[in-house]
Amino acid sequence: MTGNIAFLGYGLAAIGPGIGIGLIFAAYINGVARQPEARGMLQTIAFTGMALTEALAILGLVFAFVFRG
Amino acid sequence: MSRNVLSAHFPSISAPAVVAAAEEDGSFKAPGTAEFYWPLIGGDNNWALTRPSVVLLISVALLGWFFITAASRLQLVPTRRQFLVEGVYGFVRNSIGRDVIGEREFRPFLPLLFTVFTMILLNNVFGIVPFVQFPTMSRVAFPIVLTLAVYVTYHVVAIRRKHGVVGYFKSLVPAGLPRWLVPIMFVLEVATYFFIRPLTLALRLFGNMLAGHLMLLVFILGGEYLLLRGGNVLLAFSGVMSFAFAIVMTFFELLVEFLQAFIFTILTALYLADAVSESH
Repeated sequence: MTGNIAFLGYGLAAIGPGIGIGLIFAAYINGVARQPEARGMLQTIAFTGMALTEALAILGLVFAFVFRG
Repeated sequence: MSRNVLSAHFPSISAPAVVAAAEEDGSFKAPGTAEFYWPLIGGDNNWALTRPSVVLLISVALLGWFFITAASRLQLVPTRRQFLVEGVYGFVRNSIGRDVIGEREFRPFLPLLFTVFTMILLNNVFGIVPFVQFPTMSRVAFPIVLTLAVYVTYHVVAIRRKHGVVGYFKSLVPAGLPRWLVPIMFVLEVATYFFIRPLTLALRLFGNMLAGHLMLLVFILGGEYLLLRGGNVLLAFSGVMSFAFAIVMTFFELLVEFLQAFIFTILTALYLADAVSESH
């Protein structure tokens, strides 16, 4: 079996952002369920947080391609 | 299938090795990023007309024709097409533009948001439309150009609103911080505004489209290999299951494609909202 360890690293790098995005959207859903009229404001905040959190996973994907040798 | 169609039209096509899932010695070759490079005319150089460029040109022509003809025949009682166009426009206008940028400021940015949304959506959906079957955004140049447009727009708007370049850099750091925190925040905010935002905006779209299409390739090509060259009944059966799963994943891809168009547009709106807001 052949492969590249860089992509294993990407898999590890995706764990944290995965959990983080799950937490963000769980909080968002909770917030909308409790206060449906706050949806617009919460959506903005949720997506800002998602963009920041996901940046790590995206950098991981890029580095996996860059360092695959 | 689309590969055969294209090869028939362009005999000089330099098809990647993936056309047959198995290599000469009969072992399985996993699809990789090489499957996304498709020069059609002009050989192997930087100016070759590639398959994604053709898909992009088709999408631009299609969107232009669709929206111009729909907009030139507006009626009080909408036809089916007008209803569709108004639905998409209303979605971008109300739940992206107005909710994110705000009632007062969102109007001038609607053309940009609507163009970006429809363009990305159509190009993404082309990834699973039979005979086209190529997500344009899985070549990184296309998301980079889209991001460049957004990047220039939000910086120019912010520099105009915040009284010049100096005012813009001053506004990056929120007011009321302790003095020792200001330089640290400044470095972080500059990195975010000038590097992290465009990088992630382009690469999120690219990565999702590449990974999704690659996954479909793995299941379909792997299924073909298992079915035709697996050698026993169990492997052939798992090949059929792999095909079935590829169909399920195609519908999942449709969801991802819509979601990515939505996320790109809502992040564009967010960055523009940051640019027009008075305080940080």
